[in-house]
Amino acid sequence: MSVQTQAAKRPLSSNRGLRALWQHGDGLYRIALVLGSLLVVALVVAIGWELWQGSGLARDKFGIGFLTSSAWDPAINQAFGALPYILGTLVTSGLALLFAVPIGIGTAIFLAELAPRWVAGPVGTLVELLAAVPSVIFGLWGLYVFVPTLVKPLGVGLEDALGFLPLFTGPVYGPSRLAAGLVLAVMILPTITALTRDVLRAVPGSQREAARALGATRWETVWQVLLPYGRSGIFGAVILGLGRALGETIAVTMVIGNNLDLSPSLLHPGYTMASIIANEFTEATYPLYLHALIEIGLVLFVMTLLINAFAQLLLWRVRGAAGARL
Amino acid sequence: MTVAEFATRKSGRRVARRKLVNRVMLTLTGAAAIVAVAPLIWIVGYVVIRGAPAISLDFLTNLPTPVGIAGGGIGNAIVGSFMVVGLGLVFAVPVGLLGGLYAAARPTSRLGIAIRFATDTLAGVPSIVMGIFAYTIVVLPQGHFSAFSGAVVLSFIMLPVLVRTTEEMLKLVPGVLREGSLALGAPEWRTSLRVLVPAAINGILTGVMLAISRAAGEAAPMLFTAFGNPFMNTDFNQSVATLPHTVFVYAISPYPDWQAKAWATALVLIVLVLTLNLAARSITAWRMRRLGTIRA
Repeated sequence: MSVQTQAAKRPLSSNRGLRALWQHGDGLYRIALVLGSLLVVALVVAIGWELWQGSGLARDKFGIGFLTSSAWDPAINQAFGALPYILGTLVTSGLALLFAVPIGIGTAIFLAELAPRWVAGPVGTLVELLAAVPSVIFGLWGLYVFVPTLVKPLGVGLEDALGFLPLFTGPVYGPSRLAAGLVLAVMILPTITALTRDVLRAVPGSQREAARALGATRWETVWQVLLPYGRSGIFGAVILGLGRALGETIAVTMVIGNNLDLSPSLLHPGYTMASIIANEFTEATYPLYLHALIEIGLVLFVMTLLINAFAQLLLWRVRGAAGARL
Repeated sequence: MTVAEFATRKSGRRVARRKLVNRVMLTLTGAAAIVAVAPLIWIVGYVVIRGAPAISLDFLTNLPTPVGIAGGGIGNAIVGSFMVVGLGLVFAVPVGLLGGLYAAARPTSRLGIAIRFATDTLAGVPSIVMGIFAYTIVVLPQGHFSAFSGAVVLSFIMLPVLVRTTEEMLKLVPGVLREGSLALGAPEWRTSLRVLVPAAINGILTGVMLAISRAAGEAAPMLFTAFGNPFMNTDFNQSVATLPHTVFVYAISPYPDWQAKAWATALVLIVLVLTLNLAARSITAWRMRRLGTIRA
């Protein structure tokens, strides 16, 4: 074929195959693009569908009560309820926000408004690299370094000072909801810091200049002008951090103590939705047990989906200017 | 004292207070920055100090030994990690590239918006949930854990990273390149493949590196896909050990010998991940500078 073509010395354009490709290539190319894109979109739907299908037995048997029941007795009664895990996830994520929000926003202010370039660059990189550290290494560090040297003494101190409150009753072992919350705080810090910094940097310079010209100090400029201006973007950053905290698994599993403890104490070991799945998924010996765990996964999926959609909506409003995306 | 004197003194005091608040709060933001940087140094420092003594060629190539028996390494986990991440890339790169090309070409079309939203959503889905999904679509039908299922879950985790970086990097390619190519009569597909993608290739490779570094560190979904395996295995149909999963198993074990190995394995993992990240960053920084000069 190629010999024949060469012998005939036909011009390239008369080669039918190539010509057809040249003319119809765009059609094929577009089909490929659309298929690839549809696959990405379909993946999100497929995850939801599979989790829904995979939790059928538990949904049929327990109904909505699954979310409000504290029973977890796979061995004898085969009763399952997700409430302690949902609460554990909310409490640890809330604790994480409590610590990460002020430190993250403070760091972002420092990086965007105060630090000279040669400081802001490397410090910003270090904070962002923290986001690249694998979860299991946070867990390892948390379990053997962070919890014994910092969280446990802190817990003992809290028990001594505020032990009369149900939140701070002992005994203190170390691994606890507080430990999980603090490790999560470290893990979501880069998300909140980097996005808030980008949002602050996207505030037009005229806002700063106007505030300073009116006699505002630097802090007043930040507090009364820049933060309100970037409000929705910063809120989006915080919500995105929350989304990360909700689904974080391995590090939490390693420091929370994995104990079905119904007391409200932050110093007691607990469980989260992600950590019960990590711990018991491969031990689920009969279908209902497996379906109950998948239903917890479904609840977690829906929670993170809503939280992320909300955060994206907020960030999209400032994205044009900020390019803030993590 | 006159009214004017009183007024100036009072406003003077207010100014002093405002200046004090200013100084205190700005100092606090600096303190926050120190607190934010400290964990990385603390973590990396500890992993190096605790992990480095155990690192040797034997450790990197040998197979694990039972508790109490000297020697033993993570050769199987290194091979396993390469297998699941490599095959995951094979699945994720083509789809990620197509999705990114589409999102960059038609950002405001209905599907363009849908894919960007889907990408951001996927990036937020907890990896353990991805693990359950891979378990129900691969492990359950096949009836056994496998390196293949681990690769599937990692491809889902890499996909949003790839779509995003491809999209963002294509957007940085100056529009005149595309217009020039089309004006010369090249169809759209050739313009994309021969002009746009080559122009953005560094950025796309950056995305691939970031995706690898993200996927290589995932332990949670490996618990019920790749599962772990104390032996050397190169068969995609059987379970394999991976680096992050090995760290997890060794770390929660009660044996000091294994815990030491957890630190050493963590060192291998963190060096891999941070090197990839830093390399990706420097490529991006270099590229931004170059594009900046082209534009200006």
